[in-house]
Amino acid sequence: MDINDIRSILTVLAFATFMGIVVWAYSRRRRAAFDEAANLPFTEDELPGAARQRKEGKAS
Amino acid sequence: MDNQATYNYKVVRQFAVMTVVWGIVGMLVGVIIAAQLVWPDLNVHEWLSYGRLRPLHTNAVIFAFGGCALFATSYYVVQRTGHTPLFAPGLAAFTFWGWQLVIVLAAVTLPLGITSSKEYAELEWPIDILITLVWVSYAVVFFGTIMKRKVPHIYVANWFYGGFILTVAILHLVNSCAIPVTLTKSYSCYAGVQDAMIQWWYGHNAVGFFLTAGFLGMMYYFVPKQAGRPVYSYRLSVVHFWALIFTYMWAGPHHLHYTALPDWAQSVGMVFSLILLAPSWGGMINGIMTMSGAWHKLRDDPILKFLITSLSFYGMSTFEGPMMSIKTVNALSHYTDWTVGHVHSGALGWVAFISIGSIYYLIPRLFGREQMYSVKLMTVHFWIATIGVVLYIAAMWIAGVMQGLMWRATNPDGTLTYAFVESVKSTYPFWTIRFLGGLMFLVGMLLMAWNVWKTVAGQKPYDAPVLAPAGSHA
Repeated sequence: MDINDIRSILTVLAFATFMGIVVWAYSRRRRAAFDEAANLPFTEDELPGAARQRKEGKAS
Repeated sequence: MDNQATYNYKVVRQFAVMTVVWGIVGMLVGVIIAAQLVWPDLNVHEWLSYGRLRPLHTNAVIFAFGGCALFATSYYVVQRTGHTPLFAPGLAAFTFWGWQLVIVLAAVTLPLGITSSKEYAELEWPIDILITLVWVSYAVVFFGTIMKRKVPHIYVANWFYGGFILTVAILHLVNSCAIPVTLTKSYSCYAGVQDAMIQWWYGHNAVGFFLTAGFLGMMYYFVPKQAGRPVYSYRLSVVHFWALIFTYMWAGPHHLHYTALPDWAQSVGMVFSLILLAPSWGGMINGIMTMSGAWHKLRDDPILKFLITSLSFYGMSTFEGPMMSIKTVNALSHYTDWTVGHVHSGALGWVAFISIGSIYYLIPRLFGREQMYSVKLMTVHFWIATIGVVLYIAAMWIAGVMQGLMWRATNPDGTLTYAFVESVKSTYPFWTIRFLGGLMFLVGMLLMAWNVWKTVAGQKPYDAPVLAPAGSHA
């Protein structure tokens, strides 16, 4: 087995890893966690008056 | 409440403001060299000659303008999505001053002709060492902040920023390997075709990671924020990230078609460049579809106009790129102005537009204001810049295809139909149109600078309080 066999194996392994990531990303049990992660930018107020506005019932 | 910890906005403010400053400087140099092509008499002094200013232009727009935008937005996003202030604020301040020093040194050495002559890596070895120090500090600050985040997830934008930081570190270290001879002169560790291959492995990944992955980090935060809705598909964003990571590294050889590089390596580069179309368009569709249900906001929100148009240009240039990497197409396009048009469709249309949109989003928030000083002026900026880009790339497409056809044309007896200088002469009108397009883009940046000035003048810097994560994220 020379170095080129190892290179080929590594390429195949990389491809298999990528396909594994795709299956994992689209698996049903990841759904809730990803939905939560997708909402991360919206768990915060940014503008100086935002906290007050929220109390008054207006979304910022 | 008064004593509550705040996010470190200072370094974000510094980088955000310098993004605008260096944008103007870098694009001004671009307009000057565009003018020098039309009016060669403008090469008034060796320090200001085309050959010296061209690397200054590329370094200024990529690393000064783009770099500052990446630093500013990544520091902002990683803090806010992690609900924690920056790790090692002293080191973060060093990244700002160190990066500005790198830029100033570049602006001095390149016109003096001090260069390692590697494209997009022209800076000589002492500056390369400074870049390494700044970049390692950047990685420590960024990943340190991720480590101390208060939420379990690492938001996808941070994955893109993290991938960009890690990869650029590797690219810089490998490609800049050199033997110093004097303080201002070094020789590359590599020679011949290996040197060429490493250079373009670096060069194309600079495009893929510095100019793409980092700016995709911006897209995944600022597009959802400005549209007011979460990203269209978070799963697609995960696949988008890993597909780019697994694919971009192989695309470099397409810069070396029909050279001494072995044929099989050229073909590998071509095939992987074609594969890249899939993740690129997946990401573009993911960004644009985030707007679904909120399309009406595009009508009167210039920030969204910038962000969404940038995605259209991203889609265009990531279609054009794979097409140009096909060997037979490359035989026509390589060494012509088509390449220059392709680069600027990506650099102005995608990178600059998404940066401008993100900076317009950031500036009021960093100075405690609800809005930029003039929304109308932002809209004017958007249109003048859009027309400028379209003029620029259309002129370069036509010029490039024309040059390619003229260079390959032969008479029945096998001799060349045109001398090279005839193609130069035929290109003048298109260089003039390109100059005008670039000038319009620069005028847009000047409007932005004035608008930013009016927004921040007299305002106190504002540091938002660190918010405890909401219940479901704790």
